[in-house]
Amino acid sequence: MKLIAVGFLCVGILMGCANKAPPTLYYQIGGNAGIEKLIDSFINQIGNDEQVFHYFEHTNIAHFRQGFILHMCMLTDGPCKYSYAGDSMVDIHTGMNITEKDFNHVVDLLVNAMNEQNIPHPIQNKILSKMAPLRGDIINI
Amino acid sequence: MVKIKYLFVSVLLLVSLPTFANSSGKLLATPGVSQVEGSGGGGIVPWAQLAGYASEDEFSVNGFCSRADVSDYALNVCGAQLNLFNRVELSYAKQEFDVPALNTEIEQSITSAKIRLYGDIVYSQWPQLSLGIQHKSLDDGTVAKLVGAEDTSGTDYYLAASKLHLGAFAGYNWFWNVTTRYSEANELGLLGYGGGNADSAFLFEGSTAVFLSRELAIGIEYRQKANNLNLGEQDWKDVFVAWMPNKNVSVTAAYLDLGRIAGADDQTGWYLSVTGYW
Repeated sequence: MKLIAVGFLCVGILMGCANKAPPTLYYQIGGNAGIEKLIDSFINQIGNDEQVFHYFEHTNIAHFRQGFILHMCMLTDGPCKYSYAGDSMVDIHTGMNITEKDFNHVVDLLVNAMNEQNIPHPIQNKILSKMAPLRGDIINI
Repeated sequence: MVKIKYLFVSVLLLVSLPTFANSSGKLLATPGVSQVEGSGGGGIVPWAQLAGYASEDEFSVNGFCSRADVSDYALNVCGAQLNLFNRVELSYAKQEFDVPALNTEIEQSITSAKIRLYGDIVYSQWPQLSLGIQHKSLDDGTVAKLVGAEDTSGTDYYLAASKLHLGAFAGYNWFWNVTTRYSEANELGLLGYGGGNADSAFLFEGSTAVFLSRELAIGIEYRQKANNLNLGEQDWKDVFVAWMPNKNVSVTAAYLDLGRIAGADDQTGWYLSVTGYW
């Protein structure tokens, strides 16, 4: 309903919105399909990595994939409703004792995945800047 | 002969790096490079980051050599840094300052330590903050005494703050560092410490850079200088390009504008520095 109202408003001010709001990161990385490809690349990177694979050994990959896709959709301001009633970042990572070093290594793997998906460097940085504040809820707990 | 030896050691280190490489816990390029007094930094400014890729669970050892060639002088520096758990950085550097006009070479040893007080340049809300000390000593103080310096050794103290802002400029990462230094050194101490014109000893230094990619940064630096000897010592500036293709090596090139040095005006020229990390 709100969307429709905003739509009418846009028409009302004659294309004003079309020039104003830049597309969200979500659309810049190809929407849901783009995110799915990125997360699959990322999972593939982790699966082939000796240093951090052990953290994911007992992870339900399908569950992780769905959770991460939704999370990425939110982080990139996509049109996702966060009805996800899963665990919090802190709950997920508590007891894993992820080190500073391994956290940064996973960032390296995510960068590899973004490169694999040909996501432009500036867009990569914008994604990383959305994720960086989460580090405190992930490492050394 | 000494230069050839340095070169040989450097090449040997670079070749053997992959064998010893054991610390890689920081993100690529975030430790910065090696500054001219041996501390982790840019080219002329020590930064808040600790040299090397050690994270809080690791230690790392780095070696570097740099050369600056300006109109009337040249400076060769080689040194090494030890990073302990990304908390403490210890370093040693040896400087050789060539003055061809006088057929003289001035040598100086610098022993330094830096402690990280707070933060992480990427992740913390506030900038990373570090406190550093550089103790410098001339091997032979003849020239320093001749130009009117009071001492042939001295100690600098500095406080540095730095931050990397992800995606700050149209998606490109932006880095800055600000350093305040207490120093009585004349031209890094190569012309001794103190002098008849000694004034305010707190000096401002700053660097800023933009990363064009994960591996390549371009930036500028500024370093305020005192004029203790009344020889018209001027502030230093440079424009640099740093290339960090992986976590084992970095190469930095810069154009220097060092102003007036010991009576010789317009000392501009080139700087090249290589650091190996393992």
